[in-house]
Amino acid sequence: MGALFSLAAVLLLSLVAYVGVELIGMRSFFGIVIPYVAVLTIIVGVVYRVITWGKSPVPFAISTSCGQQKSLPWINQSKLDNPSTTSGVIGRMALEILLFRSLFRNNTSELREGRLAYSSGKWLWLAALAFHWTFLIVLIRHMRFFANPSPAFVSALESLDGFLQIGAPRLFLTGAILLVAVSYLLYRRLAVRTVRYISLAADYFPLFLIIAIATTGILMRYFIKVDIVSVKELTMGLIGFSPVIPEGIGVIFYIHVFLVSTLFVYFPFSKLVHAGGVFLSPTRNLANDSRMKRHINPWNYPVKLHPYEEYEDDFREKMENAGIPVEIPSAKAPAAAESESGNETNDAEIPVGEE
Amino acid sequence: MAKKPTPEELSKINYSLPYTGWMYNPVEFKDGMFCNASKPESLNTVDFPNARKWSVKDEDWNLPENWKEIVLEAMKERLEKYRSFRLFMDICVRCGACADKCHFFLGTGDPKNMPVLRAELIRSVYRRYFTKSGQMLGNLAGGRELTLDVLKEWWYYFYQCSECRRCSVFCPYGIDQAEITMIGREILNLLGLNIEWIAGPVANCFMKGNHLGLEPHTIKSNFEFMIDDIEEITGVKVDPSFNRKGAEVLFVAPSGDMFGDPGTYTCMGYMMLFHEIGLDYTWSTYASEGGNFGFFTSNEMAKRLNSKIYAEAQRLGVKWIIGGECGHMWRVMHQYMDTWNGPADFLEVPVSPITGTKFENAGSTKMIHIAEFTADLIKHGKLNLDPSRNDHLKVTFHDSCNTSRGMGILDEPRYVIKNVCNNFHEMPEDTIREKTFCCGSGSGLNASENMELRLRGGFPRANAVKHVQQHHGVNMLANICAIDRAALPPLMNYWVPGVDVAGMHELVANALVMKGEKERTQDMRLEDLPEKEGAEDV
Amino acid sequence: MLWSRQAPEAQELPEAEMKTKMNGDDMATKLNDILRKKKPAILKRWLDAISATYSGEAAAFLKGQKNQFTGPMGYTIQEGLEGLVDGLIDEAPFEEIAPYLESIIKIRAVQDFSPSQAVAFIFHLKKIISEESQNTSDAQGVADAAALTAFELKIDTLALISFDLYMEARDKIYQLKSNESRDMVFRLLQKERRLLEMQEQGLEQGPNTETPILK
Repeated sequence: MGALFSLAAVLLLSLVAYVGVELIGMRSFFGIVIPYVAVLTIIVGVVYRVITWGKSPVPFAISTSCGQQKSLPWINQSKLDNPSTTSGVIGRMALEILLFRSLFRNNTSELREGRLAYSSGKWLWLAALAFHWTFLIVLIRHMRFFANPSPAFVSALESLDGFLQIGAPRLFLTGAILLVAVSYLLYRRLAVRTVRYISLAADYFPLFLIIAIATTGILMRYFIKVDIVSVKELTMGLIGFSPVIPEGIGVIFYIHVFLVSTLFVYFPFSKLVHAGGVFLSPTRNLANDSRMKRHINPWNYPVKLHPYEEYEDDFREKMENAGIPVEIPSAKAPAAAESESGNETNDAEIPVGEE
Repeated sequence: MAKKPTPEELSKINYSLPYTGWMYNPVEFKDGMFCNASKPESLNTVDFPNARKWSVKDEDWNLPENWKEIVLEAMKERLEKYRSFRLFMDICVRCGACADKCHFFLGTGDPKNMPVLRAELIRSVYRRYFTKSGQMLGNLAGGRELTLDVLKEWWYYFYQCSECRRCSVFCPYGIDQAEITMIGREILNLLGLNIEWIAGPVANCFMKGNHLGLEPHTIKSNFEFMIDDIEEITGVKVDPSFNRKGAEVLFVAPSGDMFGDPGTYTCMGYMMLFHEIGLDYTWSTYASEGGNFGFFTSNEMAKRLNSKIYAEAQRLGVKWIIGGECGHMWRVMHQYMDTWNGPADFLEVPVSPITGTKFENAGSTKMIHIAEFTADLIKHGKLNLDPSRNDHLKVTFHDSCNTSRGMGILDEPRYVIKNVCNNFHEMPEDTIREKTFCCGSGSGLNASENMELRLRGGFPRANAVKHVQQHHGVNMLANICAIDRAALPPLMNYWVPGVDVAGMHELVANALVMKGEKERTQDMRLEDLPEKEGAEDV
Repeated sequence: MLWSRQAPEAQELPEAEMKTKMNGDDMATKLNDILRKKKPAILKRWLDAISATYSGEAAAFLKGQKNQFTGPMGYTIQEGLEGLVDGLIDEAPFEEIAPYLESIIKIRAVQDFSPSQAVAFIFHLKKIISEESQNTSDAQGVADAAALTAFELKIDTLALISFDLYMEARDKIYQLKSNESRDMVFRLLQKERRLLEMQEQGLEQGPNTETPILK
């Protein structure tokens, strides 16, 4: 259901771009207006989301400790999985963001029928890691369209990426890996019954969208070639805020750009913002030092208590009879204190409603 | 029961509903899977709103008319107060890494016990009412109307989560279902929808200082029995004090240790240890509860109960605090207490008077875990131990969820146990330390009426115990948690008969050679020690 | 333990079958050989059948659980089924097979099954065995009907044991429940009694008989 809907949505989007450009000729709209809107949306959107998260307080130090705590000097602390210092937290976050440390924990090797086997968790980790890294590299590679001459590190990355020297233009490994990895993620979502059960349209849509983006990109580079000089003229125009629409850019380019723009617009409103959110996750980015340093809750407020004095009033006689010391011996205590236990007295504390 | 003529037909019974997605399957309350509803008296004691008599299986829960408003308003407030809540509502990608990490899912197979789906129960409502896409696209964007069915589903599944945080270890974004469950329960509590197994202890603890509702004189008389037993076993008379001003240390333990076995054996262990090293310490009858069932209710209730500990430390004028063996108690002490009720600037950084070790790791809360304290004593050779007195035991150690994933006290208890026992065997790697499996009864779910739930949830843990029982002959499951000591015995009894349950300090007490003690013929359970070959006088 | 008692006999062999019992041993061996070859198929079908008694998601999940510790329910059931099939084929004594049966029954006894549903999976094996033993292209030909009947009798016996095991497990659960409630009430009574005693006798001395709270 969700999957079919998402697939249809992506196909429809492609069709919109095709019709818009090829049949109606709205090149400026799809080549200039849409990209500007998309870039603006993703920037404003993500900044807004991150600010919203950042503004909401972290009342408690709720680090998830995934290893030995820092306690006695002769006990080895797990400095990365249970950090107690800022540098430890930076290390933990780096492992988390660059290598998907937590996802990696799914990898449990096991002996099955005498052979060492791995649970499917390994593939999730591997595909996720491959997908995110290749996506990043592909994104960086695209910088050659937005700088003239293209920056040295981008060229270096390109030559690394195409080191296999297959075909002309040279095959970029990352593009291929990206497509394979994202297809696996889609396959997994459909094939693993529990994952399919929890999946929403919002989970399939970005997958189909990214598959479509990668496919159009690959088609454009290797098969339905577009005039790369004109494309660069357009992209340089965009970046220099003097947009032009050169002649002779194939419709596939506009479809690609439209799908990418859709992704950008969709990004801040969807689960894709996890890219920003992961940095702010309080179970990961806090040091486990809550007994060493007091963590401040900005909205901490006084609550209604049952102070010792009231407790003693409730039980004074019983305590005295049991030889437990009291503050005010019953001989001197006011008459009210002699009432039986269980009476509720008025609290002097600030009364507050149940929070 | 309907007539079911052939086995084949039986197998045809299909429990899966037609595929309409999980959002539209209303919850079915299955016997043995939920706890009894809270009683109005319990809620009234702590001034909780909407206290009333209600019953889980009733169609009508007698909710206040504006319950939807209350829920949505409460969600809004918490989205603004907790970054965790807002973030965890937003960033889940439903990768499913957490799905098979939950002991309740592993034991029940109920898809709504997958942490991701348990979170989606409330996340779907969040999307519908608090995100633009959900408001506009509704179901298409994964949004869901808040209905009575949805609310009941929350109740059923938020009280089928033991807040163990195992999912959070495996989540690539650290999404912690415990956090979501806690907030979910907090919202349910605004409608008077608690369970009595939590509400009752909370009321007790508020008025009487401990979950069990032990009054001061009862506490003392319970201790007298334990003191007698210690004398019978060791020949040494220990002399604990209560509410004594001017002691150096306040000791706070879960009240379960003062009452039911096998907790009492651990409690006797605390007393023997402190007596032996001559620690100047006192118990408190006012702060007689280390645990905090308020924590399973609402942040505010947890704070109200927790406040007694610092208040009592201040009243008695102690220098610092030691805490006993308890799981969720230590999540609270470690991650919440100082924030709620600190700063404890009237206390001093704990320094062991026996070894001189300064516990810098508790520099702010001024409270240390007894495993830290005892491990330090042993490391410095301050205890005379005869581990052979535990030779009749083959021990394994169950890490409690909260102490492992909300603190990280993993090696201290192991060090202590290995020094007091000769036979120690770890359970398999995937089931211990930060990956430990819950006892199945945490977060206030250790009632009797939900025994099936507890047995299912505890199955992954029991299964690992069974493994070490078969391979190493393990017969004792050690732990540092009072709920474990209450919940694991029935779990073992059902799944792994022949394995007993003990707190760590019971094992310490068995091995502890006290000054002036008689030759021991009994262990802490008053059971005869096996005859020793040759004299092993110490 | 239950299976250390004598295993219940399903029924006496009918007389007609007694006649064929002469060469029964050979036939049984032959059947066992066929079944041994077919074991993977039998196990797969049996697991499918038992999985079908769970909801769709749970069933898929159950079958996917191969790790002893991270997927204990699926593992235990699969291990149990295999142990049962092996035991039946190898003609192991019931007390050797029963633990496998017990491990499965215990799981099903805490799940949402009626008693008949909980043990029905045993009977699936009959159908599977009979189909698999007939449906063989083996040169030896199909299995002897009498041998098959004898094999099925063993399955019946297993089914009878499984009822006992199920009841034992349910009894245990009720016992655990009532123990907990009883302990609580008991402790409350103790508390009350002690209170009275203390009020009557003054407070210093506790009862010096046995120590009730530790019971």
